[in-house]
Amino acid sequence: MPRPTPDIPNASMADIAFLLLVFFLVTTTVANIKGLSVGLPPPPEAQEIQDIQIPERNLFKIQVNSFDNLLVEGEPWTGTNEELTAEIKRFILNNGVDPTSSDNPRDAIVSYKTDRGTSHRKFIEILDAIQEAYYDIYAERVGVTNEKWREIASDPEKSPEFRDLYDRGRGRLPDGKLEIPMNLSIAEPTQVGS
Amino acid sequence: MSKFKKKAKVKQDIPTSSMPDVVFMLLFFFMVTTQMRDTSIMVQQRIPQATQLRSLQRKTLVKYLYIGEPRKIEEWGKEPKIQANDVFIQPREVIQWVNQEKSTLDESERDQITVALKVDNETKRGIIADVETELRKANARKLLYSTNLKSGEF
Repeated sequence: MPRPTPDIPNASMADIAFLLLVFFLVTTTVANIKGLSVGLPPPPEAQEIQDIQIPERNLFKIQVNSFDNLLVEGEPWTGTNEELTAEIKRFILNNGVDPTSSDNPRDAIVSYKTDRGTSHRKFIEILDAIQEAYYDIYAERVGVTNEKWREIASDPEKSPEFRDLYDRGRGRLPDGKLEIPMNLSIAEPTQVGS
Repeated sequence: MSKFKKKAKVKQDIPTSSMPDVVFMLLFFFMVTTQMRDTSIMVQQRIPQATQLRSLQRKTLVKYLYIGEPRKIEEWGKEPKIQANDVFIQPREVIQWVNQEKSTLDESERDQITVALKVDNETKRGIIADVETELRKANARKLLYSTNLKSGEF
């Protein structure tokens, strides 16, 4: 009985496959959609004229200039970003205790204003500190870590448990409003330094 | 003597014919989980780092804008530019781009569009704020500033 001999050398098939693999590895990118999530306010014209006067106490002002220096509540900020996060948390959760700080979390607004000349890097750095304050508050309210909270917030519909934690963390009321909304107002930059 | 006869023979017992199969499986895995980079990014992209990252679930609802100084300064100048798909656009053309991208989506999903801004670290806020204003007018208010995880943090 003649032994069947392979006509095509199988060895090169593996080589071709490796080549194709390397080609795809080099030309494609794994989609990486991560970052700081922000909701923009409605367009400038659509907004009703701001007749509502926001009491100074309910406003936490953070300003960054073209030299990437910070002004927090009107004073030059000399602390660390961690300290800034702590200040913001204290502001949001004041609940009327300090008369110069916010009434309640619902009305507390963090106003973040930059110059046109502020670097994106600094903008992100401070935005990170602000969001950390909110995410820490939400996470503490439902007894999870900051990291876990962000996971929940990224996909609240993943499970009923996630949905529940997400709602409780932000204090969702029956009418749909939140006890602790992320009232972050990213103001139009001042004209300096474009 | 017959006991030792078999030891002398060295035979390749492992069939290598399935190796290409394994490699093709790996290949298909990569083909499925990655996307072809269809445009080259023509601006500087030193992406900032942060800790409060959130990820987006629906990749199809995310559209990218790349902002930064052009890579080829001789050709495009030093001023920061906005790249949408594979062309540079002006801030005022952002609304048009948003509507274009929205039209590629299902009617019911159009208001869930998220715009991901991939901005170079050293870009100034001016041009970015202009883009934000235009996005507000275009009713694309869900924004993501692309950032990488700060190394060394949890």
